[in-house]
Amino acid sequence: MSSRAEIAVSGPPFAFTEENLAEAERHIAKYPDGRQASALLPLLHLAQRQNAGFLTLQALDYIAAFLQMAPIRVYEVATFYTMFKLHPMGRHHVEVCTNVPCWLRGSDDILAACRQKLGIGPGETTADGMFTVSEAECLGACVNAPMMQIGDDYYEDLTPETTVAIIEALARGETPKPGSQSGRRGAEPAGGLTSLTSMPGEPAEAGKSGGEA
Amino acid sequence: MLKDQDRIFTNLYGFGEPGVKGAQARGDWDNTKDLLARGRMAIQDEVRKSGLRGRGGAGFVTGMKWSFMPKEASDRPHYLVVNADEGEPGTCKDREIMRHEPHKLVEGCLLACAAMGAHTAYVYVRGEFYREAQALEAAIDQAREAGLIGPDACGSGWAFDMHVHRGAGAYICGEETALIESIEGKKGQPRLKPPFPANVGLFGCPTTVNNVETIAVVPTIMRRGGDWFAGIGRPKNTGTKLFNISGHVNNPCTVEEEMGIPLKELIERHAGGVRGGWNNLLAIIPGGASVPAMPKAVCETVRMDYDGLQQAKSGLGTAAVIVMDKSADLVRAITRFSRFYKHESCGQCTPCREGTGWLWRVMQRLSEGRARVEEIDLLDQVTRQIEGHTICALGDAAAWPIQGLIRNFRPELERRIAEYQASQSKQAA
Repeated sequence: MSSRAEIAVSGPPFAFTEENLAEAERHIAKYPDGRQASALLPLLHLAQRQNAGFLTLQALDYIAAFLQMAPIRVYEVATFYTMFKLHPMGRHHVEVCTNVPCWLRGSDDILAACRQKLGIGPGETTADGMFTVSEAECLGACVNAPMMQIGDDYYEDLTPETTVAIIEALARGETPKPGSQSGRRGAEPAGGLTSLTSMPGEPAEAGKSGGEA
Repeated sequence: MLKDQDRIFTNLYGFGEPGVKGAQARGDWDNTKDLLARGRMAIQDEVRKSGLRGRGGAGFVTGMKWSFMPKEASDRPHYLVVNADEGEPGTCKDREIMRHEPHKLVEGCLLACAAMGAHTAYVYVRGEFYREAQALEAAIDQAREAGLIGPDACGSGWAFDMHVHRGAGAYICGEETALIESIEGKKGQPRLKPPFPANVGLFGCPTTVNNVETIAVVPTIMRRGGDWFAGIGRPKNTGTKLFNISGHVNNPCTVEEEMGIPLKELIERHAGGVRGGWNNLLAIIPGGASVPAMPKAVCETVRMDYDGLQQAKSGLGTAAVIVMDKSADLVRAITRFSRFYKHESCGQCTPCREGTGWLWRVMQRLSEGRARVEEIDLLDQVTRQIEGHTICALGDAAAWPIQGLIRNFRPELERRIAEYQASQSKQAA
């Protein structure tokens, strides 16, 4: 049997900030009366965001009390979903998708670039606590492969060079521009539009996008 | 080829403004009040007439699914739940709808709810899609502010509201009953059926779960008519479809095309062809990780719809086309999928929990040739022990890619084993 201490690390007492309290109430209001447990996932996300990217035992217990749930229900959810972290994480969590569509487009090289730049492999955190690198399952941006997620943002159409540039920008405290790093707007073919070329008012704008940096 | 006038997602690439103004300029929210005034059965009939089948993978007829909801109102409210837990490897179509065409989804939810006697919709967006969830929430807020949804949606008298619920990184929550569990604040473990969600779904109430793309095409079907939609594609495989073309093509992209378009035409016209030319093609997975890979010979002529791909012993799935040229290690690719299913098994059913890990371990050895030839048959047998013996289809999804590999590419597996054995005996000598 695993003890409570093994589920998550212990930390200082946890309570939502004023702002997050309001946000938590907004989430609970989405569900019918008496169904406040439905807000568990949103509240765990919120607590994790407030607590430097991971959930402590105190945060889990606080949310259990907040939603009037048995703590075990909260523990089993927190351990089931991969986005909930129960141990300290680097300030930037670099998640490189390595599923097949990204792998076919060179995700091995992206992972290698991370390793070379940061000196760590998947599942490890840099000594200064700035970066954690992970291998991610399909993140759903397959036509913009290879790609990685850092925090809330996707970085797509990567090369080893652009990957390193993004990591360097983050290390400098900058916020690199998310999305395609090769100049695409979205999921359109890079060679020029093959559809939606005759929509009123759109082709002119469409033409511009190809050259965007 | 589909004409631009027949495309539904005219802002697919996000060149236009995704907000309510841009959406209205593209024809969304045009006379929605009149569409609602036609009434519950008329909306259902129009959608049934269109032949629309679910775009999330299973391909169930949408109009029929809606008709399973109780006809009479009771003290249990009805719910629409939209499945935006897009995570099938290769699939990235719902993402484009949520960030570039969110109003099509919002309006579609309103119409679908009116067709099912529901006043509330929840959209379950995968947790990683933080920005997409934000874009959708912004669209919902705009629609609420403009009175398009709310206590008197579009002035129709129908009360309707919708909410975004973010997941937290579990592929299994794309299964409809696991998704419902997850909205209820539980682990995403699929429920036994029956009872089906149309009777006992979210919060124990009648619920229909539909894919994002399915719901987002409904407003256009209502405006242009079910006959228009049914006139595109082939019988029982009607309408337009978003295709995601990834992997070894010159220009990976997402594109809306007519159902039944030949696979080769789809790739050559929109994705700039296979890298190194069509003759450099090794195999294509036509509908996301769960469907079997097809060898080049099949890819030459196969049509991209439910029936066309079923005849080719594969499936349309989510229409996520993963292209592999001759430089690709197909066995390693399927091994990677096995690792994915092992990672994503919810652990509830023994054949899946234990089987997916077993499949992965054997596939790892096979990809290096470190196996005996008899193990290929054993592997095939074990996939059949998993398939059909679990509560949900994740076990099937783990089995099918391997079955397809053995069926279509067995010589490659045997070659690897022979090569490995030869290298071992050389070392020994």
